[in-house]
Amino acid sequence: MLDIISHRQGDTLIVSIKGELDHHTAEIARDRLDSLLEDKSLKNMVVDLSHLKFMDSSGIGVFIGRYKKLSERMGKLGAYGLNNHIRKIWEISGLHRIIDIYDNLEESLNGIQEV
Amino acid sequence: MKITNEMRLEFLSKSQNEAFARVVVAAFAAQLDPTLEEIADIKTAVSEAVTNAIIHAYDQNPGYVEIIGQLFDNGIIVQVIDRGKGIKDVKEAMQPLYTSKPELERSGMGFTVMETFMDEIEVISSLGEGTKVTMVKYIKNSNRTEKPR
Repeated sequence: MLDIISHRQGDTLIVSIKGELDHHTAEIARDRLDSLLEDKSLKNMVVDLSHLKFMDSSGIGVFIGRYKKLSERMGKLGAYGLNNHIRKIWEISGLHRIIDIYDNLEESLNGIQEV
Repeated sequence: MKITNEMRLEFLSKSQNEAFARVVVAAFAAQLDPTLEEIADIKTAVSEAVTNAIIHAYDQNPGYVEIIGQLFDNGIIVQVIDRGKGIKDVKEAMQPLYTSKPELERSGMGFTVMETFMDEIEVISSLGEGTKVTMVKYIKNSNRTEKPR
């Protein structure tokens, strides 16, 4: 139900989250992302949500938790590919105020590297 | 409002059943010919209510979660019922960002999401007896081609 595919570009981890992110799969997402972020040479993370079909409020905690981790190392978290439904959840939870939303990968990489 | 169809579903409070529950309710609501957005709203609200039952109501003691779905001409009533530990202060629990389990990275936005995505919500809870969340979603251009029997 949830698949995470990642690669790195410089000090940025690019993660594609596919499937459905609910309370059941949030645990899987959290563990997988934290294990990837154990590599301290990674500073920023960009999440591609264009293949995320469903997200409820359990996903909010996953992103806030990873945002905190990256902030501790002065890094940033950006996201792109949100569908209308997921964007609505980000907006009502205020997630969009701390994690910038971009249109695509290129914009995300440029955005998070801006000082 | 006149009820035209009804379904009942009961399942064990396992997180694996969250997706199952929301898909069943969405399939039932599909009889009203809702938009994809309306379906996503219903799925999300059901997912939140069921997750609350699993995490909070039954916590370490698994039990059954019941869902009753009722269709009326231009909408659906969804009741999510547990017989778990109940909510001490419903008003407090419904506040945005309130969570009794911050250690689990819970956002405390479950009820806010239900309120935002559905048109009406009522929460009735008794300590030691359980909780019933009743939600109503109006389907704007409900267009049932099949005549109700």
